[in-house]
Amino acid sequence: MILLALATPPIDWAAIAPPLALLAATGVNLLVAVLVPRGDRRVVAAYVALAGFAGALVAAAILFDQTPDGHGVIADAIQRDRLGAFTAMIIAGSGILAIGTSYREPMSDDHIAEYYALLASAGAGMVFLATASNLITLFLGLEWFSISLYILCAIDRELVGSLEAGLKYLIVGGFGSAMLLFGSALVYGATGAIEFDRIAQVVQQQGLSDDALLVTGLALMIGGLGFKASAAPFHMWTPDVYEGAPTPVTAFMSAATKAVALVLMLRVLVTAFPQEARLWTVTVAAIACASLAVGNLAALVQRNVKRMLAYSSISHAGFMLIAIAANNALGARALLYYLVPYCAMSVGAFAVVAARERELNRPVTLDNLAGFGWERPLLGVSMVAFMLGFAGFPLTGGFVGKFYVFSAAYEHGWTWLVIVGVAATAVSLYYYLGVIRAMYFRPSEELQLAPVAGGSPPPERALQAAVTAALVVTVGSFFAVQPLIDAAKKAASSLPF
Amino acid sequence: MDPGWLTTALILLPAAGALVVWIVPLRPFAVGSTALLVALAEVALWVDAAARFDFDQGGLQLAQQQSWFSDLNVSYHVGFYGFSMWLVGLTVVVLAAAIGYAVWAGRERPRAYYGLMLLLTGAIVGVFVAQDLLLFYVFWEAMLVPLYFLVGVWGGAGRLRATLVFVIYTMAGSLLMLASIIVLGLSQGTFDLVQSGTNGSDWIFLGFVAAFAVKAPIFPLHAWLPEAYRESSPEVSAVLSGVVSKVAAFGFLRIAIAKFPGPTADLRTPILVLAACGLVYGSLLAFRSPDLRGVIAYSSLAQMGLITLGLFAVNDLGLNGAVLQMVNHGLISATLFLLAGAIERRTTTGELGALGGMARGRPALATVLMTTGVIALAVPGSAAFAGEFAILAGVFRTGYGYAIVGAAAMVLAAMYMLRLISAVLHRSPGPSVSEAALDLRPAELTVIVPLVALLLVLSAWPAAITERSFASSPPIPNKGSVIATTEAGQLLMLSKELAERGQSP
Repeated sequence: MILLALATPPIDWAAIAPPLALLAATGVNLLVAVLVPRGDRRVVAAYVALAGFAGALVAAAILFDQTPDGHGVIADAIQRDRLGAFTAMIIAGSGILAIGTSYREPMSDDHIAEYYALLASAGAGMVFLATASNLITLFLGLEWFSISLYILCAIDRELVGSLEAGLKYLIVGGFGSAMLLFGSALVYGATGAIEFDRIAQVVQQQGLSDDALLVTGLALMIGGLGFKASAAPFHMWTPDVYEGAPTPVTAFMSAATKAVALVLMLRVLVTAFPQEARLWTVTVAAIACASLAVGNLAALVQRNVKRMLAYSSISHAGFMLIAIAANNALGARALLYYLVPYCAMSVGAFAVVAARERELNRPVTLDNLAGFGWERPLLGVSMVAFMLGFAGFPLTGGFVGKFYVFSAAYEHGWTWLVIVGVAATAVSLYYYLGVIRAMYFRPSEELQLAPVAGGSPPPERALQAAVTAALVVTVGSFFAVQPLIDAAKKAASSLPF
Repeated sequence: MDPGWLTTALILLPAAGALVVWIVPLRPFAVGSTALLVALAEVALWVDAAARFDFDQGGLQLAQQQSWFSDLNVSYHVGFYGFSMWLVGLTVVVLAAAIGYAVWAGRERPRAYYGLMLLLTGAIVGVFVAQDLLLFYVFWEAMLVPLYFLVGVWGGAGRLRATLVFVIYTMAGSLLMLASIIVLGLSQGTFDLVQSGTNGSDWIFLGFVAAFAVKAPIFPLHAWLPEAYRESSPEVSAVLSGVVSKVAAFGFLRIAIAKFPGPTADLRTPILVLAACGLVYGSLLAFRSPDLRGVIAYSSLAQMGLITLGLFAVNDLGLNGAVLQMVNHGLISATLFLLAGAIERRTTTGELGALGGMARGRPALATVLMTTGVIALAVPGSAAFAGEFAILAGVFRTGYGYAIVGAAAMVLAAMYMLRLISAVLHRSPGPSVSEAALDLRPAELTVIVPLVALLLVLSAWPAAITERSFASSPPIPNKGSVIATTEAGQLLMLSKELAERGQSP
């Protein structure tokens, strides 16, 4: 019995409780898909997934509280620390909001339980990835959530573009994963180590920091993670996939995927490649500038709101990469703080788009938003808050986030990066305020639309609750900066700055 | 008891009023009345604050501080200086008048409208009392959001373009200011305006100046002004030119001059020249403008140029005169815009060519417009005369050329104001003026007459402001270095320093 002969490492169940909660929800939902009568599946599956995400949130919160010092667990394959727990909380929160958005999504009942199962599974992969501490778990987590998302994008077969989105994401995302894997292999080849901290040690001991193999591997890894974070020039898939995928899936992807990809990029670069900092800070700064330029300029000309938000998410990847490029404790804090309002705004904005989509039964453009703000005051006001938050206006956490990011860049000594960020913000105002203009400044009589048969859909309590929660986080994070920054500080202290 | 809560209450009361108006489903009339009541309560609160303020002692008073995020030393720190007390007074009075006018005129979607007006009140008061750079920026931006909606939703036919240009201009300036704030705050280690010292960087200074110069506006950054002032509803134009432009002048005084003595010395010649250009150019455009609002809008450009001249004279007379003139011009342009609104309601046009002869049979309108106009053209004995005289006397010490330009502009002011008065009131009745166009109604008079009355009071007693803006006997900690806390004495030291550097031509 070879299996028995293998020494199994001691398993810290608490450390993997968040992904386990989500995996449990996945498993239960797969059973729901078979055992629960078709009419009840939608409700049951949604609640199971909700329970999974809520369980992950609670587990991550407890883990955050109970883990003052980060350390490797399970044969050092994953890291039990506050950084991972903080990220897990953000992901679980985004997942809960995404479920609220999904609840009334007009999908056929055929695969509704599988939909929620995959959502929970994607969340589990992300939460796991956030704790990865070697190259194997890194790739494992990445593929875990990516494969779930590929299917989720294509799951609504009746939606025009959904299948196309899934296929595009699969091919381009597969390319990204391959880059990451290849990079990892080169790094392993150069150092002979797979643990992040061991890589740094070996590089220091053997003086490898200019080793061509290692540097190439690093570059490929940054590229691979850049795909997931949808940073330019690895962003090409983003607009098409965001536009084609079912809107709740887009909402979840834009928030959680970006969060985990960026946190992981920070973790890998800081723990595994501190000696190459002078290389990767410049590279990441260049990617940030490219993302800001591409995202903002392309968003200016979009009429489709989902596409516009996709480009906006590219530009926000740019802002958050500035925090990573700063390579200091303030930057880590800035990134972690920024993610909180960003994820709320992102899910919230897509949820509002989803609501309008269901009202009109067609893709939402700036033109057919006319009058929306007056017709649906709650959603309208929330959308205003999200847009102002994206644009970095005060009274939203988006402002404080940008402030921290720019401060981090300045502390690194890169005033020019502050100027680039400020210029990008100025450009972004045009399209963010354009959405507000479309919703409020134009009367709905200008809109020539045949009303949807059967009048407007019933008010969606779940979606409204999700949007309200997102609104509370967006505005609340502006006032409650201190507790959030304290938490971010604790989380960032897991990293060697 | 520490009266610092009054300052916070002045910010929170209108904000809370806005929330009530938005959330509680009141009937349209009740909404307007609630908003007006809140605005009047705000005025009462300000009177209380002014009564508690010790103008002789000077310095920061009614202050309140609460840490906001400690790692970068950002705090919620508010308080009053003498001059900010007057500017807040101007704000609450003009906003109350504007809301009163809107109640009388009636606006669509009243709940949204009055909520935004109240929010605007709180934000503007916040800018004047903020004692933390980041807090200042927060209120500065928070001011823009309600204005964006107020112009964009309730404006005229060209509102979409007007708001776009307005926002692009102001945000370009504001974001440069944000960059400056970050650099200044982090290099000082604190964002607190009272604690932080001075800075010598021309670039940081220019970032601030950019924001203030757009908002004021200073020539040649005024391209947003005519459209925004023409397309807004009259009471919003009144707030824009009466109060929002003063926020920029306040920024010059509180931050640009006080925190950057070196750059002020280096760069004030170009700023003074641009201000003088704006003064003359604005006056000329006002004289040639074909419509009521155009005249008032461009006269506003000219007046902001004059106020900037006074500020960048950086001496006792210039600063005192500038503060007085800020209040004067705030009241004057608010009154004029409300009157323009009243006239447009009656004649459906603001074209001067289509107006005329309105004095006959409309004594109240004629009296009010005449009084305001005469004060606006700075007839000796008026509040505006006192303010402009002090500014010119102050700037004369910097360079007599500026004083000559300013004096010439006073003549131009007489030309455009008299042209406006005669085009509206005198001559034969224009094609748009019918017999049915009534005199000012009692409701309109209750809104406008208090503003004019305040102007008359200031005409009688301009020293109320000039002697109470900066403390008379300021503490001078040490002669060698200038630690600017916008005390008059330190500003005076600054002016001495400027003189020593041989900046006076």
